[in-house]
Amino acid sequence: MDALALLLQGLAIAVQPTNLLFALIGVLLGTAVGVLPGIGPALTVALLLPVTYKLDPAGSLIMFAGIYYGGMYGGSTTAILINTPGESASMATALEGNKMAKAGRGGPALATAAIGSFVAGTIATIGIVVLAPWLVEIAVRFGPEDYFALMCVAFVTVSATFGTSPVRGLTALFLGLALGLVGIDRLTGQPRLAFGVPELLDGIEITTLAVGLFAVGEALYVASRRRRGEETIEPIRGSLWMTRQDWARSWKPWLRGTAFGFPIGALPAGGAEIPTFLSYATERRLTKHPEEFGNGAIEGVAGPEAANNASAAGTLVPLLTLGLPTSATAAMMLAGFQQYGLNPGPLLFAERPELVWGLIASLFIANAMLLVLNLPLVGLWVRLLAIPQPWLYAGILVFATMGTIAAKPSVVELTLLAAFGMLGFLMRRFDYPIAPVVVGLILGPAAESQLRRALAISLGDPLVLLQSPISATLLAIALIALVAPFVLKNLRQLRARED
Amino acid sequence: MDDSRARPLDRAGFIIAGLLLALASVILWDATKLQIAPVYGVGPTAMPYVVAGGLLLLVLGNLIMAWRGELPAREPVAPKAIAFILGGQLALIALIGLGAGFIAATAVLFAATATAFGRRAILADLAIGIVLGAIIYVVFVKLLTLSLPAGPLERLL
Repeated sequence: MDALALLLQGLAIAVQPTNLLFALIGVLLGTAVGVLPGIGPALTVALLLPVTYKLDPAGSLIMFAGIYYGGMYGGSTTAILINTPGESASMATALEGNKMAKAGRGGPALATAAIGSFVAGTIATIGIVVLAPWLVEIAVRFGPEDYFALMCVAFVTVSATFGTSPVRGLTALFLGLALGLVGIDRLTGQPRLAFGVPELLDGIEITTLAVGLFAVGEALYVASRRRRGEETIEPIRGSLWMTRQDWARSWKPWLRGTAFGFPIGALPAGGAEIPTFLSYATERRLTKHPEEFGNGAIEGVAGPEAANNASAAGTLVPLLTLGLPTSATAAMMLAGFQQYGLNPGPLLFAERPELVWGLIASLFIANAMLLVLNLPLVGLWVRLLAIPQPWLYAGILVFATMGTIAAKPSVVELTLLAAFGMLGFLMRRFDYPIAPVVVGLILGPAAESQLRRALAISLGDPLVLLQSPISATLLAIALIALVAPFVLKNLRQLRARED
Repeated sequence: MDDSRARPLDRAGFIIAGLLLALASVILWDATKLQIAPVYGVGPTAMPYVVAGGLLLLVLGNLIMAWRGELPAREPVAPKAIAFILGGQLALIALIGLGAGFIAATAVLFAATATAFGRRAILADLAIGIVLGAIIYVVFVKLLTLSLPAGPLERLL
């Protein structure tokens, strides 16, 4: 097994003391931001980008991956103990988890979430090891037109196919694509949408957009609808340990959750919400204790938690092998690679195998660290929730502006930050998804240059997009994924009218 | 289907469509000023036209959503909270622009945001903001050698 040898080499890199330290910092930060409401892994990576660009690439990327995994663990703690999911991926967990906590079974709920996340994360990381070299071999044969078609699939699935409203998702995507136009055109050197402002010639910083949308936008949104009356934190009563029956009821949901999460994460479909809700629905149907569902069934925690961790690991497959981000956090990790001049893809596997495999190997380590850190220290993490909300959000905004100022110390950049904050607020208020904007900004310029490269090679013949079998298939998939939600919606309405 | 027309039209949806239309127009106007490069394939104007075209379609989509009343129900906003957060951002921009330095700007931002979330202790929050800003400044500028804007306060450190 070639991959195994490479993985062992990677392991040797991952266990170097500095890299272990970076992984530890990553999982600690990730768990903390996962627990805290209003700040998630995407925002954290965005804030750390300007801070880390002078550090060693391998170490920072290992830290970012730790944050991603840690955020998924931490989110479940908040969901179970205060019924306010820290991340949207933890919404399904909150359904049963909070009921369990209220019934005095918070300990086993946290335990099944943590152990399930560990099981799922480990299996899914093995999935990366198996799948990545295979995908890299396919990706080597990709021409620019194939990459363009692949990005089209990602655009459609991230924005239209799985969201609540395709029109809202596509609107968000096109806002991101429009922002991606700003700056000097890479091929002809002409400024687009810069309006004579020199700061805009370099284009919109992904950090500024992400921090504005996620940090400032979220603060505005939460402040605007703040209700009196505090959320209650359920104290963890009783034993943390799971009984024999808890184990017996948990292990199958863990595996099924992994089976949902990893493939959906690995397909350019994006979002951890779909597999978590699929898993929740499946466990609800398969359970031998249907009366407990809605009142705190352990299967309803075990399955979705495994699904959300597996899907987080799954999104790393297209990110590493194709340079294709399918979630907001993956988009920020791509920006992390790019700030070191690294472009994830087959070339990176060939040129910097130690970096890629070191990162993959460190995922196993991060996962083990998270299991050890989370169960015994859960009491400590819960204390984070005691930070008063005004200070929490004031602190988030201070760090947000610090990240922006450190990246580009200019008044224009801070004005953009405030403007993106307002945009994020309005998008939340009117229920437009945020992630497609970030994906549009980072992938839009890439898709444009691939398309132009393809057309330059074909001497301007657009048929090149259909002559490559890979590209033609992918474009067909993109078209189906775009049209399907509209058709299904109309069918549903028709059926509803007949009833 | 017509009973959904009972409630008044949600004007916000039409404003959103209007803003998208404005954005598409700006992109189109900007694209007309570009020169088409004499190369094979498509020039720098193609992508702006595609994006603007997509946005125009989405103007229609958003109009239909607004017409059908598909906008989510919204809670009333707390205008004071919004004003304090945006005010904090504006004060930050002004202070950085005027060269007051990172710590002073951070302190004002911290106090304004905390006030937006219901705190009523501006002086205490300003003090916390100054301490927080000073810690961040020392850690990032002295230890991580990043540059943050310096003003009178920073020169004392």
